[in-house]
Amino acid sequence: MTEIVAMPPGIVASQAERRDQPVWRMLLARPTFVTGAVMLLFWIACAIFGTAIAPHNPLAQQLLATNHPPSAAHWFGTDQLGRDVFSRVIVGARSILIIAPLATVLGTVLGTALGLALGYLGGIVDLLASRLVEAVLALPAIVVIFLFVVALGVSTITQILVIGFIFTPLIARTVRSAVQVEGQLDYVPAARLLGERPGRMMFVEILPNVIPTVLVEFTVRLGYAIFAVATLAFLGFGVQLSTPNWGTDINANYVLLGAGYWWETLFPALAIASLIIAINLVADSTEQVLAG
Amino acid sequence: MSATAASAVPDPAAEPQAAVQVEHLDVSYRVRGHDRLALRDVSFTIGRNESYGLVGESGSGKSTAALALTRYLPRNGRVSAGSILIAGRDPLAMDAAELRQLRARSVSMVYQEPGKALNPGIRVGRQVAEVYELAGLGRAEAMERSAAMLSKVQISDPGQVMKRYPHQLSGGMAQRAVIAMALAAEPSLLILDEPTTALDATVEAEVLDLVAGLRDEFDTSLLFISHNLAVIAKMCDRVGVLYAGELIEEGPARQVFDQPRHPYTMGLLRCIPRQGQRKDHGRLDAIPGFLPPPGQTQAGCIFAPRCPIAEQRCRDAAPPAFDVGPGRSSRCYLHAATADLPRNTPVDVQLPSLAEAARPIVSIRNLSKTFTAHGEAVQALARVDLDIERGETLGLVGESGSGKTTLARTLLGLIPPDDSSIIELDGEPLGADLRQRRRSQLKALQIVFQNPDSALNRRHTVRRLISRPLTKLAGLTGSALAERLTDLVRSVRMETRHLPLRPRQLSGGLKQRVAIARAFGGGPRLVVCDEPTSALDVSVQAAILNLLADLQAKEQVTYLFISHDLGLVRYLADRIAVLYLGRVMELGPAERVFSGPHHPYTEALLSAVPSLDGLRTDRIRLTGEIPSAASPPTGCVFHTRCPRRLASGICESTEPPLAEVEPGHLMSCHIPIDQLTNLQSNKRMP
Repeated sequence: MTEIVAMPPGIVASQAERRDQPVWRMLLARPTFVTGAVMLLFWIACAIFGTAIAPHNPLAQQLLATNHPPSAAHWFGTDQLGRDVFSRVIVGARSILIIAPLATVLGTVLGTALGLALGYLGGIVDLLASRLVEAVLALPAIVVIFLFVVALGVSTITQILVIGFIFTPLIARTVRSAVQVEGQLDYVPAARLLGERPGRMMFVEILPNVIPTVLVEFTVRLGYAIFAVATLAFLGFGVQLSTPNWGTDINANYVLLGAGYWWETLFPALAIASLIIAINLVADSTEQVLAG
Repeated sequence: MSATAASAVPDPAAEPQAAVQVEHLDVSYRVRGHDRLALRDVSFTIGRNESYGLVGESGSGKSTAALALTRYLPRNGRVSAGSILIAGRDPLAMDAAELRQLRARSVSMVYQEPGKALNPGIRVGRQVAEVYELAGLGRAEAMERSAAMLSKVQISDPGQVMKRYPHQLSGGMAQRAVIAMALAAEPSLLILDEPTTALDATVEAEVLDLVAGLRDEFDTSLLFISHNLAVIAKMCDRVGVLYAGELIEEGPARQVFDQPRHPYTMGLLRCIPRQGQRKDHGRLDAIPGFLPPPGQTQAGCIFAPRCPIAEQRCRDAAPPAFDVGPGRSSRCYLHAATADLPRNTPVDVQLPSLAEAARPIVSIRNLSKTFTAHGEAVQALARVDLDIERGETLGLVGESGSGKTTLARTLLGLIPPDDSSIIELDGEPLGADLRQRRRSQLKALQIVFQNPDSALNRRHTVRRLISRPLTKLAGLTGSALAERLTDLVRSVRMETRHLPLRPRQLSGGLKQRVAIARAFGGGPRLVVCDEPTSALDVSVQAAILNLLADLQAKEQVTYLFISHDLGLVRYLADRIAVLYLGRVMELGPAERVFSGPHHPYTEALLSAVPSLDGLRTDRIRLTGEIPSAASPPTGCVFHTRCPRRLASGICESTEPPLAEVEPGHLMSCHIPIDQLTNLQSNKRMP
């Protein structure tokens, strides 16, 4: 009993086939997803086990071995205080991988709820709120985040809250339009005819159908969040944890680029880039699989 | 022609050559590393100036055949065996330039959706002219020829139409423009793939007439693809019946439809209510089971699992094509026994016992609905008065835009009607909005939508979909719930093993059964059926109609049955209301409305429907499009298209009231009933 739809024949067959497979198997069949996932898992492992993996103590200063270029002993060289850059890059994954995902989760949860409400209820509230969302979108996100963090003081919680709130309208807008598409389908009036209340309509009937959109939005936003956290750190508003921080390291060392000490800036920068690329690879392939 | 006969250039003066010759064609689609056969050993020939029909249900491979002919198969499709010759030339052996020439000059295609065949960003005139420019004409001359071509497809003001963009044309008009483009190249073969499926019946009739006329004029061969047997019967000289990728029967169209020689063709024909068949005459004979999934291979005859007379040999080896008469073939060992094919479905009918002279269950008074679009008020319903009697089936017919769906949605409370409107259930006024309605009122009114893919939440299981109304509306829990759930699943002829499945794991027919079960779960008193079978295949449709009839008898419900298919409405409905531009044109017992005298609009609707039961001689046709509901015509809203408009001018000036012309039969027409009877009496109605 495969589904038979009135569509060009090739599409029928491939659709039926596509739907026979669980999502994770389709994801694993994509080289882009596997590449991204492996890179991402590497950084997650670094964030969790960083100090155990790192060959040196990232905080240990060797004042006799400052600004050493990459070598067998120090793969990524040492910085101006003689600390091992490789170890600092490994351990530096932690702070960014705490703040960015939590902020994105916050933004996704709030944004999804807001988007559901606006998309389903519609009317004047939707009209006003949507204008407000557009106004927020018109502001450059990173500047807004920067201003709030400066105003509220640098802390992990502030960064999570500020980035989360900034993402909320962005995610709400995407979810809202997905909800509006769902609202055109007949299962919505069918459920209303059973006397379902708006809360149930939104969270039980419609939400499961927009989850693919939410997932894609989450992965895309996660990349932006990492970029935002790293930028804040680079600008000197990074969270002062006891662990190293990529953005802070770049900030501390880029002035030495002119002196030829490129490794001190390049490797933390590459770390940020590879993490964002990893997330984008995962995001792209997830979107392609879920959108079919 | 001399020894150069093998040269690639076909010469029309040469001895008659088949326009299309397909031999033992296999087409397969490569899906996830597996080749799946979409067409198996298909052979047919289309003679010059012949009209050949391919008929079949979804997944039968009809479109694949058309795509293969012009090498338009998607990238994963290929011709894996057999040969194709178009006017003696093999498209499979052509290089890119030759193929382009073939598509530009010799073969044209017209698809189902005219809106998708036209480029939305280019004016219609330029798109048609492009065909001439490709043939080497100058720009001015091309435009001139385009205008002439558009008037040939009966576009009355080609100059105006050419300046418009595709979205500014109605569906019928756009399809004419597409046909004009297709014929501009004067192709030797015109392929029409469901060209009228997306159009209204009256527009369909016009387009079909147009194609039939142009075919003679242009000396073109036709390959006409449709799921609609009646359309094929009307348009084609010969017909091939496809089932799951196999051409199971072939022959002259009239003979195939009058004396089918394959159990599948016979079954299909029996699925359709014909010759005025009604539900009280007996149930439709549905074909059991489902179409096999695309690409399925099995030993033996592909139809054997659903065939009532299949024998062991049918399951062991696929039957060859038997010669069953001049120009006819059938892939059935038992082709001789087809005429006496036993019924799949018992005839016995239960009819609901109509409560005599009770007051109507639903009473609609002065129902209007005005939408606002782009600052313009569009009246979708205008002062509709309608009673729905207890236990009856009221059929609601009309073209798209006539207000059928709006009527149903205001009744259900999904959209609020205008303020002065009154809808009563059992004499009690219903709230305009669902939230103002009591639970018992919610329970009473339910709907079965047209498309179950859209109507069922695809993330919910069948169990959840069906049990929700039981808990929410009927208030059942625990063992009572489980019992009623099982009962309900059985009554829509499903099994409890379907309960954990999600909609996408079900066939179209099963999905619609789930939707029906949900509608009946709360114990409704009136169920709106909004085109409940039009998204389904013909062989599945009959089973759903039988189910609806059985459920009505068992549950004593009233139906408001909306359909554009007059045959279905006639089969199922006790009374019929005909809507036009949001107004009731005619209301009466089904037999009276069909047999006449009827409203000129009803007459036009009826005569537009192609019939399997021989051609009617006399037809009245509607010209022009439905006027916009934003600015309806003055007087009788139908006067702009009415073929029987009175000369006195009263039709243009005064709107006729909906008056009783005979007991129980109401009409909104200025023409006196006796005169209508005279005008219409010399015609044989379906």
